Amino acid sequence: MDYLTIIQIFDSALRLATPLLFACLAGLFSERAGIFDIGLEGKMLIAAFFSAATAYSTGSVWMGLLAGVGASLALSAIHGLASITFRGNQLISGVAINFLASGLTVLIGLSWFNLGGQTPSLNGAARFQSIELPFAETLSAVPIFGPLYSEVLSGHTFLVYVALLCVPLTWYVLYRTRFGLRLRAVGENPAAVDTAGISVVALRYAAVAICGVLCGLAGAYLATGLGASFVKEMTAGRGFIALAALIFAKWRPWYALYATLLFGLLEAISNRYPSLDLGVVTLPSQFMQALPYILTVVILAGFVGKAVPPRAGGEPYVKER
Amino acid sequence: MTVMNKFLGAAATMALSAGVASADPAIIFDLGGKFDKSFNEAAFNGATRWAEESGAKFAEVELQSDAQREQALRRFAEKGFNPIVMAGFAFGNALGEVAGDYPDTSFVIIDMVVDAPNVRSVVFNEHEGSYLVGYMAAKASKTNTVGFIGGMDIPLIRKFACGYAQGAKAANADATVISNMTGTTGAAWNDPVKGGELTRAQISQGADVVYAAAGGTGLGVLQTAADEGILSIGVDSNQNHLHPGKVLTSMMKRVDNAVYNAMKDGPGLTTGFNVMGLANEGVGYSMDDNNASLVSDELKTEVDAVAAQIIAGDVAVHDYMSDETCPALTF
Repeated sequence: MDYLTIIQIFDSALRLATPLLFACLAGLFSERAGIFDIGLEGKMLIAAFFSAATAYSTGSVWMGLLAGVGASLALSAIHGLASITFRGNQLISGVAINFLASGLTVLIGLSWFNLGGQTPSLNGAARFQSIELPFAETLSAVPIFGPLYSEVLSGHTFLVYVALLCVPLTWYVLYRTRFGLRLRAVGENPAAVDTAGISVVALRYAAVAICGVLCGLAGAYLATGLGASFVKEMTAGRGFIALAALIFAKWRPWYALYATLLFGLLEAISNRYPSLDLGVVTLPSQFMQALPYILTVVILAGFVGKAVPPRAGGEPYVKER
Repeated sequence: MTVMNKFLGAAATMALSAGVASADPAIIFDLGGKFDKSFNEAAFNGATRWAEESGAKFAEVELQSDAQREQALRRFAEKGFNPIVMAGFAFGNALGEVAGDYPDTSFVIIDMVVDAPNVRSVVFNEHEGSYLVGYMAAKASKTNTVGFIGGMDIPLIRKFACGYAQGAKAANADATVISNMTGTTGAAWNDPVKGGELTRAQISQGADVVYAAAGGTGLGVLQTAADEGILSIGVDSNQNHLHPGKVLTSMMKRVDNAVYNAMKDGPGLTTGFNVMGLANEGVGYSMDDNNASLVSDELKTEVDAVAAQIIAGDVAVHDYMSDETCPALTF
């Protein structure tokens, strides 16, 4: 394995980690506020569809992005309504959202485009183009660090950098602002927040809305950044891997970055080496694909520190019994 | 009351006319839907071609879920449609259940073998078609490295890969064939993002022609190949138009011919095993305006000669599914 190969694998890992990172941060906001969300997958899917469909009809990727985020927000609102206002079971609402998105995207796609649920392929301004970071050309000549900058960091689409910037932003919002403190509190002990005279419902809706925006970005990135059209079920379980990454990261922003980068790296390695020959044993690609889930189970079993979910997670807040 | 009678009368007439139209054929499309730009659409085109030529009609239904397979089959059989054509290997179990109950109805299943006296099982020699495009890929490659990206890792897809690798090695004994499968679950058919990443991984290993046999995932392969400036090869139907000048050719599986033949043969068609290979134009490679500049006349003559050799039996293409091994590629 030479240096160039390693660079290429890192490059691929960053691309693959981006949708996971968005979805993972989305789940982080929602779950930190006490709303479990297994509908990340569905929200990404519907955002992918509407971003591709809108980008195709308007010819502008930005309109697509807006439509994708909007669609994802609409599903978030349903989740919020079901699990905050009507105090329904959050897991069931999430499952329902996944089914809804899976059916709705294909149905609307068939009626709009007649392509078996796909959207026509996008080109030109209807897709995100890759961005060359400044000095990428000049720095590429520098040994070791040059290629790392010009190949791995530079040359991605806009949303990759947004995702990376979201990590410090999330950290700042959660740990350095009043809103973040309250949001975390509402996931641990909503009664205390309520006693302090702050609306639990409003805080939780805000968290669910942020989750919707981030899922929308993830979906739009899949359909208009990495790919160039919507294909039915194109999220292919990334929403669930993001949930696994969230547990792996123990619900913390910087760890979320590391976890998703690790999962992206595993996928990139299994793409590059279908069967990884380690000299002693040969690992089949299926093993690498299963590794994120295995690692999550290991973490949950308590082998590597303890993963404690927000204490009020999954429970609707009832003011008075 | 009179209105009610009229309705009843109309319903009775409808039922009668449905009974009269009993000799019409019927076709059942699989979950992809009939405008999927691939397998089902090819079946639909074949049926339409037959309808236009004969002036007759056919009944059709698009499945919405797996549970409807047997139901749809029984309804068409009860109504007296004959023959009943179904597009897709997934009908195997349902047809096995149903075929015996309607001995006078002829059934045609594509891509699957069902052993019953009134069933025609149409299978394609995908390995022969893949051999031809593999040959073309190795000839078009400047790096002597060609790639294959499959969808779900099942024997049928390995059959594609194996034929492709044999063709590539036949054209250039030094050619390297890189093979990747997208996954082991149904999600592997619909993951264009992973298809694109696999393509990039193969490009970084030197591949400059990639062949995608991966359904919706293949769209991502073709897209990335076009973006990165290498050639790609489509599958099932003619996909050359997706990226004009960037798709070398497509391995055509003439599902339309299979459907057309079935409808033309009508009720009482010959049943049993029906192999669609190079010899009876069941598989082949596509040429049109979009890839005319990519395939030289010289190469075309060469490939046609290879095809003739396969038909004559001078070149034997190994079928992976016959013994689950491949001489040209390790999985």
